[in-house]
Amino acid sequence: FYLTPPQVNSILKANEYSFKVPEFDGKNVSSVLGFDSNQLPANAPIEDRRSAATCLQTRGMLLGVFDGHAGCACAQAVSERLFYYIAVSLLPHETLLEIENAVESGRALLPILQWHKHPNDYFSKEASKLYFNSLRTYWQELIDLNSGETTDVREALINAFKRLDNDISLEAQVGDPNSFLNYLVLRVAFSGATACVAHVDGVDLHIANTGDSRAMLGVQEEDGSWSAVNLSYDHNAQNENEVERVKMEHPKSEEKSLVKQDRLLGLLMPFRAFGDVKFKWSIELQKRVIESGPDQLNDNEYTKFIPPNYYTPPYLTAEPEVIHHKLRPQDKFLVLATDGLWETMHRQDVARIVGEYLTGVHHQQPIAVGGYKVTLGQMHGLLTERRARISSVFEDQNAATHLIRHAVGNNEFGTVDHERLSKMLSLPEELARMYRDDITIIVVQFNSHVIGAYQNEE
Amino acid sequence: AAGMFLRLLSDVQWRAAHPKWRRMTSSQRSTSTTAEPHPVSLPAQAQVVICGGGIMGTSVAYHLSKMGWNDVVLLEQGRLAAGTTRFCAGIVSTARPVSIELKMAHYSNKLYQQLEQETGVQTGYMKTGSISLAQTQDRLISLKRIASSLNVMGIPCEIISPKKVVQLHPLINIHDLVGAMYVPEDALVSSANVSLALATAASRNGVQIHERTSVSHVTVKKGRVTGVETDRGRIQCEYFVNCAGQWAYELGHSGEEPVHIPLHACEHFYILTHPLKEPLSSSLPTVVDPDGRIYIRNWQGGILSGGFEKNPKPIFTEGRNQLEIQNLQEDWDHFGPLLGALLRRMPGLEALQIMQLVNCPESFTPDMRCIMGESPTARGYFVLAGMNSAGISYGGGAGKFLAEWIVNGYPSENVWPLDLKRFGTLQSSRTFLRHRVMEVMPLMCDLKVPRWDFQTGRQLRTSPLYDRLDAQGARWMEKHGFERVKYFVPPGKDLLDLDHSKTFYKPDWFDIVGSEVKCCKEAVCVIDMSSFTKFEISSTGDQALESLQYLFSNDLDVPVGHVVHTGMLNEKGGYENDCSIARLSKRSFFMISPTDQQVHCWAWLKNRLPDDSNLTLEDVTWKYTALNLIGPRAVDVLSELSYAPMTAEHFPSLFCKEMSVGYANGIRVMSITHTGEPGFVLYIPIEYALHVYNEVMNMGQKYGIRNAGYYALRSLRIEKFFAFWGQDLDAFTTPMECGREFQVKLEKGMEFVGQEALLEQKQNGVYKRFTMFILEDHDTDMDLWPWWGEPIFRNGRYVGKTTSSAYSYTLERHVCLGFVHHFDEKTGEELVVTTDFINQGEYEIDIAGQRFQAKAKLYPFSSLFTQRRRKDEVELSGYQRE
Repeated sequence: FYLTPPQVNSILKANEYSFKVPEFDGKNVSSVLGFDSNQLPANAPIEDRRSAATCLQTRGMLLGVFDGHAGCACAQAVSERLFYYIAVSLLPHETLLEIENAVESGRALLPILQWHKHPNDYFSKEASKLYFNSLRTYWQELIDLNSGETTDVREALINAFKRLDNDISLEAQVGDPNSFLNYLVLRVAFSGATACVAHVDGVDLHIANTGDSRAMLGVQEEDGSWSAVNLSYDHNAQNENEVERVKMEHPKSEEKSLVKQDRLLGLLMPFRAFGDVKFKWSIELQKRVIESGPDQLNDNEYTKFIPPNYYTPPYLTAEPEVIHHKLRPQDKFLVLATDGLWETMHRQDVARIVGEYLTGVHHQQPIAVGGYKVTLGQMHGLLTERRARISSVFEDQNAATHLIRHAVGNNEFGTVDHERLSKMLSLPEELARMYRDDITIIVVQFNSHVIGAYQNEE
Repeated sequence: AAGMFLRLLSDVQWRAAHPKWRRMTSSQRSTSTTAEPHPVSLPAQAQVVICGGGIMGTSVAYHLSKMGWNDVVLLEQGRLAAGTTRFCAGIVSTARPVSIELKMAHYSNKLYQQLEQETGVQTGYMKTGSISLAQTQDRLISLKRIASSLNVMGIPCEIISPKKVVQLHPLINIHDLVGAMYVPEDALVSSANVSLALATAASRNGVQIHERTSVSHVTVKKGRVTGVETDRGRIQCEYFVNCAGQWAYELGHSGEEPVHIPLHACEHFYILTHPLKEPLSSSLPTVVDPDGRIYIRNWQGGILSGGFEKNPKPIFTEGRNQLEIQNLQEDWDHFGPLLGALLRRMPGLEALQIMQLVNCPESFTPDMRCIMGESPTARGYFVLAGMNSAGISYGGGAGKFLAEWIVNGYPSENVWPLDLKRFGTLQSSRTFLRHRVMEVMPLMCDLKVPRWDFQTGRQLRTSPLYDRLDAQGARWMEKHGFERVKYFVPPGKDLLDLDHSKTFYKPDWFDIVGSEVKCCKEAVCVIDMSSFTKFEISSTGDQALESLQYLFSNDLDVPVGHVVHTGMLNEKGGYENDCSIARLSKRSFFMISPTDQQVHCWAWLKNRLPDDSNLTLEDVTWKYTALNLIGPRAVDVLSELSYAPMTAEHFPSLFCKEMSVGYANGIRVMSITHTGEPGFVLYIPIEYALHVYNEVMNMGQKYGIRNAGYYALRSLRIEKFFAFWGQDLDAFTTPMECGREFQVKLEKGMEFVGQEALLEQKQNGVYKRFTMFILEDHDTDMDLWPWWGEPIFRNGRYVGKTTSSAYSYTLERHVCLGFVHHFDEKTGEELVVTTDFINQGEYEIDIAGQRFQAKAKLYPFSSLFTQRRRKDEVELSGYQRE
């Protein structure tokens, strides 16, 4: 069985999405030029989610990737809801009041976010009312709390993450009279999702990360070469600080059972996540909710299963680690991706492949004749060879697609091997997950001119 | 490495310079260690100050001084001929598709040939000839068209077979060629040295040349140039000439009153090689391979080869960041495709050793034609720049025309296609220019087919109906930034894509336009003509009438509500503009002229209307949407919509009335159609445009109304022998020469501009005559189509060129319009053209070397056009009144 190149392309491009920040008067005043995103499923259905939106009541753009486990319900809910929580956390007091008054008097609401969605990125209609009410409760509390201080982005991000996770947990405990919704909120709470979110406003880039997705900055060095800067830490067993943190939070007696086979309680790969109430709630609470829950929940072995050595919950948190970075003109792009990418590619390769793709040129030393004796024929041969190396770059219109093509199709020499690509993409559903994970990628391109101008102002 | 090249091309000749300015320049060189580099101070005033010491500036200085103007100062920010001129490939080529550019190149060639003898400066002039190769039949057709125009100008030129190509240039691989054009008198020069020679001669004639002097800005008072500010002080002057090349845009914008010079630089690359083992002869012809996008000339025993790539690199968008063109980066990867084309063309050069890749920015303009002339806003501010990489070919001729322009008020040839005033401020956006030149530079090598539209910088000016028309299948072209409909593609019908639609034969829209024309003839069509330039002139007293009577040749003292067709003539009686003027009231007039007149006509009137606050001139182009209702049923549509009788008794031809159409009031309706067909033009305040359009289309349904475009309009006006300004008419054509005496009132009781010249022509006869030709043995499906610029032969002898052509769906023949001259058989002297001379000849039109029999007519067919109303009898009868 063999896929033709057009078939390969149609699979790779099925979920690709691009957004260019519109220019006005030939000028783009945003530090973001635009972004490319794409997903390649391995699970059926895919458990990854992605989101991108522009904050309309404050400045800045939000982008995030979400990697679900034990189903996609939690990742789906987080992809729909998290940005609203962040946006609300960032809003000044007056705007919150204005919004609340509008809701109160039934007037039209100020739009908070402008979403940039692929047609396949859906929002659940049924839950929107429920989600909205939770969000409204949140902003009402913010209004009451009015600290009068200007909102700190780091704090806003942390609050939003924690609050949403809390709401997910509460909604599952309270339940819903509508049986469909009731089952939904339980599925959300019992599944889990990691989140890696970027907030870009001018030269201020904040990355809030929970779990093992990763944010990486592509930097162009003075000599034109590309290097990678990590803007997040993986929350998993490979991160010593993270292991240390978990151990600190629980009695010494549990030290041995906390992390087993590189997993939390021997079960969970990411050490931080949304949902996953099985690692957060007390055993009593879990049992009570499952018993009173719908039959589907009771029939599910996974949800009923209580983790071993479960003594001092919670073992898991959704609190993100936030990294702030001041963008510089040499910071050309940001890659947000779920672990499906990072398992197969080193970040240095990611930086090079995206960098070369975006600049349209393979980084090769520019040729200068200088004092050498070069003939027209030799030069022609050299240039033809250089061009052939570049040509593969131009197949894709989307940087994320290009990266996926490399991630899945790269051979040992670091070039895309069509045969390998074809094999990997034609794997039957049940086998696909063995060879690769869901991959979700967002590549954000920065506007160096604008960033440079910001720098000069300061 | 670039330094080496500089040395190769120049410096030796500096010593040959005239003592007068060697003193100025050599002293800086000998005293290069001292701090003060400017031993000679600037004069406090001069008649003319030229900025820019490249080929353009020195050529203007040379020609001004030749014409006796020697109170001239030339300022160069760096050193003479050190910019693009120095790096220029030095190819003088006359093979140019635009006739005025061809004439400039021809003159340049003759000038350079004798320059060394005249000045004693070695120019490196070498008559090598040039070969333009054709890889496709279409390319060969385009070369044949150029060959036809070269031949009738007396420039030797032949279309040759691939075999002949090898005989002329042994290195050329001919296996993929279908033919070529050989121009034996094309030449090579060292462009820097030509520039130095021109400077030397100018200097001898008294022109002062100052190097290392930068112009910061030009001062303008009351619309006139008063002087220039430089880094070495001020010079008062009457005339300023901006020859600043790729810096001309910025210099134009540096003053308080900006002068918009739309040009933008792109990087341009060529390679130099070491000599071949057996060095190439310096007389080997230059090779141009447009399909390979390259040119190749011999250079010091090796070759110099460059080209025009598909993906140009615009540069300096944000402005100047260096003084002289320094060594920009060599970009071999960028040059790769051109190198490939070179080796395909000359495979024998594989082993030839590379010396250098030169990067030399060239400036390009939005329409691929150079820019010359006077600023519309600052009198005395002249420009010569934007040579689209042909600076050395145009240099001599362009300098001559500009010098004539300054000295005589106008050049000796029609240079409207190159006139700065063809552009407005809208073409001066940097974004527009950057995008447009990226399209223009590759076009240098692309096939130039009839009716080609630029694809970049579009949708700039549009009618409020744009979206409506677009949704109905409109295909667009652009004039002066304004989108105009070519034709409407009916639903379900597919046309070829852009690249495949390029043809010299019958185009794919043939039947579409045919049905639009049919509808204009039999029912009624709507054409959106909003792009036309519209002015209003009014006054408190009689000032408006008096001024217009003086500036226009026809009698404008007509009853209110009448429309007058009239020329706006220059002193020689030539058309500066051709317009329709409606008398709105005793003291106000509404003037309609061609789209590209917006800047030119405005400047012409502003400069000539008395400075009187009670007399106002207003450009109202943007205020009105114009809908042209053409066809016999237009009258029915309009009378139903307005509840007003529109028949000839109530609404005679050439009449203008404000009426209501639908709900909208105050619509200016004129009984003209610009085609000779019956109908009306509606001038609608733009906020009513959509309403009136919808009303017209709804009401028109029962009369078979449909949308139509400019191609239908053109077919209609050409078969009716209507001349259009800018196409057929120009500043060198008088009403007498195109059968429009009836639009001139020689005895209107007061003097008007051009009157004297017209009286003289009436007395002595005309030297050319606008004539209509019907192609007789031309097969519309199989033969090449005429375009414009085709040579006309009478009894086998060349008598002139066509100016426009179209297929007439009524006559089912092609119609060409053009001018017939009468050249004395022996001396070539121009003789008077009489009606008999026209009528008694056998005519042929040469389309790309193939001649077609044509019937000449001085009057349009009237019997063919039935369904006429009284109105067009009036319009047409004018032609018969001789």
